[in-house]
Amino acid sequence: MTTFDFSTTLGNAFFNTPIFTASGCASSGKELSQFFALKDIGAVVTKSIMNKPRFGRPTPRMAETASGMLNSIGLQGPGIEAFLANDIPWLVEQKSRIIISIAGETVEEYATLARKVRSVAGISAIEVNISCPNVENRGLVFACDPEASRRVIDGVRKTIGGEIPIIAKLSPDVTNLPAIAQGVVESGADALALINTVLGMVINLETMRPHLGGKTGGLSGPAIRPVAVRAIYQVHAAMPSVPILGMGGVSNGRDALELILAGASGVSVGTASFGNPHAVIDIQNELQDLLIAKGFPSLKSAIGYAHREGK
Amino acid sequence: MSPINRGAAHINATVLANKRVGQYHQIVLGIGDLVKNCRPGNFVAINVGGESSRMILRRAFAISRVAESTSFGGTMELIVAPHGSGSKWLCSQGEGSELDIVAPLGTAFGIPTSPVNALLVGGGYGSAPLFGLAEVLKSRGCKVDMLLGASTGAKIYAPMEGKRSVNSLKIYTEDASMGEAGRVTEPIKLLIEEKSVDVIYSCGPMAMLRAISELTVGTDVVHQCAVEEAMACGIGICMTCVLPVKDEDGGISMLRSCIEGPVMDGAQVQWDLVGQVPEVNL
Repeated sequence: MTTFDFSTTLGNAFFNTPIFTASGCASSGKELSQFFALKDIGAVVTKSIMNKPRFGRPTPRMAETASGMLNSIGLQGPGIEAFLANDIPWLVEQKSRIIISIAGETVEEYATLARKVRSVAGISAIEVNISCPNVENRGLVFACDPEASRRVIDGVRKTIGGEIPIIAKLSPDVTNLPAIAQGVVESGADALALINTVLGMVINLETMRPHLGGKTGGLSGPAIRPVAVRAIYQVHAAMPSVPILGMGGVSNGRDALELILAGASGVSVGTASFGNPHAVIDIQNELQDLLIAKGFPSLKSAIGYAHREGK
Repeated sequence: MSPINRGAAHINATVLANKRVGQYHQIVLGIGDLVKNCRPGNFVAINVGGESSRMILRRAFAISRVAESTSFGGTMELIVAPHGSGSKWLCSQGEGSELDIVAPLGTAFGIPTSPVNALLVGGGYGSAPLFGLAEVLKSRGCKVDMLLGASTGAKIYAPMEGKRSVNSLKIYTEDASMGEAGRVTEPIKLLIEEKSVDVIYSCGPMAMLRAISELTVGTDVVHQCAVEEAMACGIGICMTCVLPVKDEDGGISMLRSCIEGPVMDGAQVQWDLVGQVPEVNL
């Protein structure tokens, strides 16, 4: 039992355990450190950081839905300089593994961000968020456009030599996800993060207008888990050698195992942390127990198991 | 370790009492030693709906007061209005039920180091945390006057025992069904002009907090208000509950009302910008 190997890899990055925070659901880590030690989980995936400070979208930014919630934050943040100066050193001090998430409005902004991240020690991987649904212009959701997705990843690839893996975060709001995934891998993504939130809307019956200040928002929580499982399964089937960081409505160890079996090498926990500040560490412990109970000798032996023929 | 919510813990708490008080429920939870970390102004985030609930987010409630007794140990009292499906579920939990709570969260009301004239203003069940605050202020030698307001008398929360911890209590209702007719903010202007108040502590609807902030503009009166914004997590990670607040260098920051509030300096909150995005000039 003690020989169980829980470790995982995303490109050339090694992680002791496979459960991570999800971008935008752990701020920069300090807030959750009150509830568990950040070094005990696979990695902290930071909120998506942009080049300049940003206010985000107007309130209300949140609406609870059946087994889910809509958010419309709009990438509020301090900008990359302040973030690298204030938040990253603290995470390094905690001995946390760090995946830094970046978001830009232009192809050039992504490359600029990648250059600034490249010079920082202690980063395990860079997540390139090209799929945030909460931007003013839907045309800016790069991940909905195969050509724009390629250009962003290509620009980041040219900046990041190969020191750290590039994880492209994709949107489920597309007709042919495997085709978009293929494009970003060809442009140099080492791994894929699947899925970002699903675009949605709630209408307030008192005002009879869209409830969120930004009108539309991203749906997350258990309601979208089947969408995530489907997306991971489809992409893993198309490109079995490309590692996937899976996320979407995971709230317990069983949910995490489902994503692993579909083809995820690691699983991020997002909205579940809002309801349970111990969610990330609880899910990690539950997943390990489940894998051992099912007789897997390692996490890696379970990745993509649902694709195998026969019993 | 980070200083954020350092006193908070995620525990199971037992419902020791749950009784109806007018339109509200008074719920008492056994929280043991955690009571030592609770300060007036802090809040608690509670899981609602049970194991198979489709409500995935916690509900935040101001801590009305805490106490320590030999028979029950540390207890926390909440005043809950059964409005939505989450608070209705909470109000239906009988004695002996277990609740999954995270507390204490957020900032607390600042307590003056020397005795001052304090005015406590509560709107609706926003009065709940003010009685615990009144006890603390009284013990520090402050003069404590309280104004409570609501649309109608049934929405006033003013327990008998709470009245002992204040020097005066006046009630205002818009329909004149209890106390005086009118809004709770109406007498404040005169009190400020008479210089009979040094600090205002307020808790209630945002419109009331804003009105009080406007009355204190240009005066020396400090206004500590407990704000209310829809929040998903209560612990600072979701970024939904932000309010525009002026910072030291004159710029505006979108601060999280869960960890940089709920108690905020009313003079710094940019009330006219709530629900908007400030112009970016950074």
